[in-house]
Amino acid sequence: MLKADNLHITFNAGSPIETRALRGLSLEIPTGQFVTVIGSNGAGKSTLLNAISGEAMLDRGSIVIDGTELGRMPVWRRAARVARVFQDPLLGTCEDLTIEENLALAASRGGRRGLRRALGSNMRSEFRERLAILGLGLEDRLQDRIGLLSGGQRQAVSLLMAALRPSRILLLDEHTAALDPRIAAFVLDITRRIVAERKLTTLMVTHSMRQALEIGDRTIMLHQGQVVLDVAGEARTRLDVPQLLELFERVRGETVWDDALLLG
Amino acid sequence: MSWYALWGALEIGFIYGLVALGVLISFRILRFPDLTVDGSFPLGAAVAATLIVAGWEPFSATLVATLAGGLAGAITGWLNVRLRIMDLLASILMMIALYSINLRIMGRPNVPLITEPTVFSFFELDTVPEYISRPLLVLAVVVAIKLALDWYLGTRTGLALRATGSNPRMARAQGVATGVMVLAGLALSNALCALGGALFAQSQGVSDISMGIGTIVIGLAAVIVGESLFSSRKLIVMTAAVVLGAVLYRLFVALALNADFIGLQAQDLNLITAVLVTIFLVVPLLRQKLRERRN
Repeated sequence: MLKADNLHITFNAGSPIETRALRGLSLEIPTGQFVTVIGSNGAGKSTLLNAISGEAMLDRGSIVIDGTELGRMPVWRRAARVARVFQDPLLGTCEDLTIEENLALAASRGGRRGLRRALGSNMRSEFRERLAILGLGLEDRLQDRIGLLSGGQRQAVSLLMAALRPSRILLLDEHTAALDPRIAAFVLDITRRIVAERKLTTLMVTHSMRQALEIGDRTIMLHQGQVVLDVAGEARTRLDVPQLLELFERVRGETVWDDALLLG
Repeated sequence: MSWYALWGALEIGFIYGLVALGVLISFRILRFPDLTVDGSFPLGAAVAATLIVAGWEPFSATLVATLAGGLAGAITGWLNVRLRIMDLLASILMMIALYSINLRIMGRPNVPLITEPTVFSFFELDTVPEYISRPLLVLAVVVAIKLALDWYLGTRTGLALRATGSNPRMARAQGVATGVMVLAGLALSNALCALGGALFAQSQGVSDISMGIGTIVIGLAAVIVGESLFSSRKLIVMTAAVVLGAVLYRLFVALALNADFIGLQAQDLNLITAVLVTIFLVVPLLRQKLRERRN
């Protein structure tokens, strides 16, 4: 279970470009729940994910994962608990390394690395098995540099990497936003399958209202660094995109101008 | 070029092969522009020479020199990681600091070793002349270190080191302590350079404060020559390629200096280096142009 309590983060405090990204955000996610997050630019979606992963440090508040207070724990030490897929497909994988080396790197996430061989035949056959799920033929290209793959393929591998070791929470930061629609649908489908199969506790930021309602168990909306809408279960099933949009406009106190929110 | 000069060039080439492996780790694998090398190479020479003159056994002296280089590299890493000083600047600070430190260690600008025992004196054979046995000994050291490095880069920690240089944000998300890896990588890199310096001093019979100048350029030249000859990105090939690059570079320099009709002299060394590196940087471009024209 993840428990975020009264999170505050301000960037460039005291300067003319001061940004109060999180303003007392609180959120509880029970184990195994799949939460989608929506909100306009600057609502604090990415900052929330960065606060959990450790890339942004809290000014105030606390984040507790299964009883462990994260405090000022650095990113790499949180990696045993937090898995992440970035928005930029180039960021989630190491382009100079081969497909199998990338997977091997993820296979020791959260463990001691030591001087054992990074790759063995057991590991390779496991990787082949996992890659075959994607149906992209990557299981036969283990020793290709990952830089040779397309953005969508790399994002699919990033997802496999994130699920390779157990984690307490999986963070997905608009991980389909940079892909073309067909590939995005494919990656989203894989996301669903992996999350369901591994019963992962997941926090997914998305720019698509429809995705936010269709996928997962619960939807939250952020505005000005706080949770302004939180729906699950029956209430969520009854909600449709136009209604959500209306709610969205109401909290913002203005009409939606961003086409990206309407489409998709 | 005489037979004797050829073996001499090989010997120095193999020694710079160690520097080339170090530069491969910092510049290529970690992508850290590390100029500490110009200080850690003479540091290795200074420590080894001073200890040998003080009566130390040459092998332990060489080992301590190597460790001293590792410490210098770790300090550069610390300046960058902990104190957040820009990578290039951190390494320059360490480089100039080492100039004074090396003078302090030696107590004077140079320490002759001609009459002292060296690691090479232990391998003097009656059947093989010294000018041949010495390059072979250095070759054995370089090959052993190349193989050890290949092994290390294939381990989980080695993979983490490569990821740190290639995509640090992703590496951290995968649980790699990237700061520690930068420190360790620079320590390893500069330890190899210091080992090179220690062997260089014992091979040339002197440790001199100015012998570090331009080491980084030679190391980079070796890496660039090696890379332009082999296009493979496989690490096993790259580690071999940069050592070969160092040897070829040294042979080219020896050829240029020994060809009387060109009229080049020892003081033209740095100019020759600059021209050679330029040529090898342009070769891949020319090759590509040729290929395009053919198609």
